[in-house]
Amino acid sequence: MDNLTNYLLVSAVLFSIGTIGVLTRKNAIVMFMCIELMLNAVNLTFVALSRHLGNLDGQIFVFFIMTVAAAEAAVGLALFIAFFNNRESIDVDDANLMKW
Amino acid sequence: MEINVAQLFQTINLATIMPEIILSVVGMALLLVNVFVPSKSKGYLAWLSLAGLVAAGYTAACGWGQNVDGFSGSVVLDNFAIFFKLIFVIAAGLAVLISDQYMEREGCNQGELYPMVLFTTVGMMLMASGTDMMTIFLGLELMSISLYVLAGFNRANVKSNESGLKYFLLGAFSTGFLLYGMALVYGATGYTRIAKIAAVASQMGQPDILLLIGALLILTGFAFKIAIVPFHMWTPDVYEGAPTPVTALMSAGPKAAAFAAFLRMFLVAFPSMKADWSDLLWILAVLTMTVGNITALRQDNIKRMLAYSSIAHAGYALVGFAAANTTGTSGILFYMLSYAFMNIGAFAIVVLVAKQGETNGNVQDFAGLGHKRPALAAIMTLFLFSLAGIPPTAGFIGKFYLFSGAVEAGYIWLAVIGVLNSAASAYYYLRVMVYMYMKPAEEEFGWVSLTAPVSLALLVSFLGTLIPGVVPSYLLQLAQAAVKVIS
Repeated sequence: MDNLTNYLLVSAVLFSIGTIGVLTRKNAIVMFMCIELMLNAVNLTFVALSRHLGNLDGQIFVFFIMTVAAAEAAVGLALFIAFFNNRESIDVDDANLMKW
Repeated sequence: MEINVAQLFQTINLATIMPEIILSVVGMALLLVNVFVPSKSKGYLAWLSLAGLVAAGYTAACGWGQNVDGFSGSVVLDNFAIFFKLIFVIAAGLAVLISDQYMEREGCNQGELYPMVLFTTVGMMLMASGTDMMTIFLGLELMSISLYVLAGFNRANVKSNESGLKYFLLGAFSTGFLLYGMALVYGATGYTRIAKIAAVASQMGQPDILLLIGALLILTGFAFKIAIVPFHMWTPDVYEGAPTPVTALMSAGPKAAAFAAFLRMFLVAFPSMKADWSDLLWILAVLTMTVGNITALRQDNIKRMLAYSSIAHAGYALVGFAAANTTGTSGILFYMLSYAFMNIGAFAIVVLVAKQGETNGNVQDFAGLGHKRPALAAIMTLFLFSLAGIPPTAGFIGKFYLFSGAVEAGYIWLAVIGVLNSAASAYYYLRVMVYMYMKPAEEEFGWVSLTAPVSLALLVSFLGTLIPGVVPSYLLQLAQAAVKVIS
């Protein structure tokens, strides 16, 4: 029982670190790494809960999340490269052509 | 353990996902065919993908009223899913039709656009069909990842790069929240299947705190995709920078898909917490309508204006969601369908008026259109009327049902605020009309030469905006039959 609380606590902390990172960092790649950290925090939650509840649904969910995260990384890095080719920067502050 | 193959196929029941299979196969085939098609005749790919979309739509429509499920109940082909699938097919079909002319003008006529549109449609369809958090998540990601590519499709254009970058970062960020919410709901109930979550949740007298936080995080995730205030900040930038046909698709399809999954999750899995989320949606609806309309008032760039207006329209749809009765929810379905027609129609005109390099995209550039191209201006007028909610258009009927749903549920003030907002929105739609009819043209228009696909798209969206506005009852009956399965 106590074990579950610890796992959930660690994943909540990891998720928060990821969220804060996305909100404060300016480099798109670092932001994306923070997003990956959030996703892995979710994975940890799923695995811990799955073990606690004694059913496998959560662990299967984790496989899907990992697969999707890989696809997302491929597309994301391609977008970063396209942006870098035109602006010579990967800083989100340089994504400033459109303002209201 | 021995596996009985026949029984296995019966549990999987591939017929449930036949529309998705057709679209995926056509999409992959197009990727292959694309290699052999010279860059001047990519227009054929548009027709091929349109054929695939029609086939998928027809297959989906054939399942009307049958409510089959597959993959041991994690996807379902019920009336609700079918209605939404038809919306996606229409949105994607119209977007494909206006793509060719635009892409040729902007010089990024790579054929990969069409398969990507088909794949994003598959994602939307899975979202509408998903009855398990896993399938909803997979559908959402398939839709989003293809859309990130589409938003940044014009690689040489810096604005398109920016659009893709912003959409990707914020989209992935919101996925994190959605997933964390799903994990907590799974922890609170022990299931990922929506029907089972509902069974467990209804047995809890007082909703578990884990379940409440989970539901709230799921709401946040969907709110990002639908662009509900305060999670709307990405919308104007992404819509402005993305290629116009993609913007047209983005404003209609993914929004409807997110609403489909959102409705199914909250009406089927969490009806026991209705008191909690209904009030929250009330506030979000008011915020979304008001912020969307007020910021739209001061936009000059027409794509940006339509982006803010799409936020406002999501707010109107939320009014029906907050009411959460048959009139309100069937109003959402009706509205999403009419919105696909009128908004993509308006974007088609924007494509025609704009010049190479996405210039000529301001409201002022519509000056004189009414004199030079009276037919185009008249069609645009109908779309603008419909967006503003003026009869006899589909937009008026849709809003009428959404607001009467709110009145039925006792949210009189919500309906009043909605109507006031709708009146305020007339200002910026009519402003375009003033420019079209009352100001002289300052310079030549861009490519206002109509090609066959664009004319077809305009015709379909014109009829789709007009006919449900004049004879709404048939479509409304379909929408009511569709929401029966989730209420």
